[in-house]
Amino acid sequence: MIQKELIIIGGGPSGLCAAKMAAEAGVSVLLCDRSLKLGGQLIKQTHKFFGSKAQYAKTRGFDIAKILIDDVIHHPMVEIMTEATVVGLYPDKVVTVYHNDTYIKYQAQTIIVATGASEKFLAFENNDLPGIYGAGAVQTLMNLYGVLPGQDIIMVGSGNIGLIVSYQLLQAGVNVKAIVEAAPTIGGYKVHASKIRRLGIPIMTQTTIQKAIGKEHLEAVELVSLDDKWQPISGTEKTMPIDALCISVGLSPMHQLLSMVNAKTKFIPELGGFVPVIDDHHQTTVEGIFACGDAVGIEEASSAMMEGYLTGLYVTKHLHKEHPEQQKLMEKYEYELNMLRNGPFGVKTKIGLEKLRRGETHAE
Amino acid sequence: MKRRQVGSMRVNEHPILKFPEREKIAFIFEGKKVYGYQGDTIASALHALGVKTLSYSIKLHRPRGFYCAIGNCASCNMIVNGKPNVRTCITLLEPDMVVERQMDKGAIK
Repeated sequence: MIQKELIIIGGGPSGLCAAKMAAEAGVSVLLCDRSLKLGGQLIKQTHKFFGSKAQYAKTRGFDIAKILIDDVIHHPMVEIMTEATVVGLYPDKVVTVYHNDTYIKYQAQTIIVATGASEKFLAFENNDLPGIYGAGAVQTLMNLYGVLPGQDIIMVGSGNIGLIVSYQLLQAGVNVKAIVEAAPTIGGYKVHASKIRRLGIPIMTQTTIQKAIGKEHLEAVELVSLDDKWQPISGTEKTMPIDALCISVGLSPMHQLLSMVNAKTKFIPELGGFVPVIDDHHQTTVEGIFACGDAVGIEEASSAMMEGYLTGLYVTKHLHKEHPEQQKLMEKYEYELNMLRNGPFGVKTKIGLEKLRRGETHAE
Repeated sequence: MKRRQVGSMRVNEHPILKFPEREKIAFIFEGKKVYGYQGDTIASALHALGVKTLSYSIKLHRPRGFYCAIGNCASCNMIVNGKPNVRTCITLLEPDMVVERQMDKGAIK
């Protein structure tokens, strides 16, 4: 079996940042990603980021991806495998990677699970029709491959992803008919919502999708208004002809690999669903297996980067190695991560993290 | 913002991104010769051609399309060069690939 000091599963923002720190500390790293390219979801993000210099504020997502990839791609301590899906994770830290039609087994000393998240779905009649997409998928299709999802589209969900992707659909030339939101208020930042409204796109609150209509693919949707108890109000049904529907109702952490090693997980709605129980150094309840980024709770890419840097440093320490600037960097990124979570949109995360830690015993 | 050409699923003009002309790739979809571009995934090439149904559900045979684009949902699994369950949203298009819609679980040969 091939030996590695550290195997990182997932080459998105947190995985890449973890790889950088560990490699700089002289740890031999294998970074696996099932996609064609590294960068995770950053590579399709055309909008500029918020935050501070440490998170590359005012830089577009795909440019941040380039910076993070450049940081590790030529590093002699980092081996990179793309189109490599980790299909098996075992408590003795054996990792099975499916790559080029073969299964390759690695023995790791430490593992970082940085698998990110998958999109949540919504229950309604005919929700499986072709033409109904996850918002992230639409972003990939249009911004990475230059292919449009349809001519006329409705967005379900007014969180930041829903708002940003709606704007990007308009930029690409798609007719965004409306954004519908089941809650009485818009979920995302006001700055994004205002941009959409200025372009004349209605944001319909207390509204949801009743059913999709079509045989081989989506042809129309039926919308319905909701009362204060989130119940459909009969008589308010409205049919709108569209050929694409975008679902943007949140993300779920991808904890599945961690469940293969019986790492303890907890259901925390504020963090997006089931998340691994981790200690203050991002170690799961399985010794030597760490987790960071959206896989431990849904936040923004900025936080994922900070968590990645930190987890890379924590693993380095666990391996009894040291980054030349170990202490300084640890303090820096811990400070930055705190700053990000101190804003109004960090409240949910903080409540979630509190719940995750409360009453839990850590690594056994 | 400009309305794009009707009938084309490719982005023509974009305020931020550039999609320069790329090499055409011929492949076979359901027995017919069709074209995509260098850099396309199988799923993006098919979508650009207006093909929305990529597979059928195993029990009820309901049409399934592109959904997650990260190789997670299995909605775009197709038979490629005779091999079933290929995640076409994360598989690069290659010249002369033979792509078919999958109607069942797929058998390992």
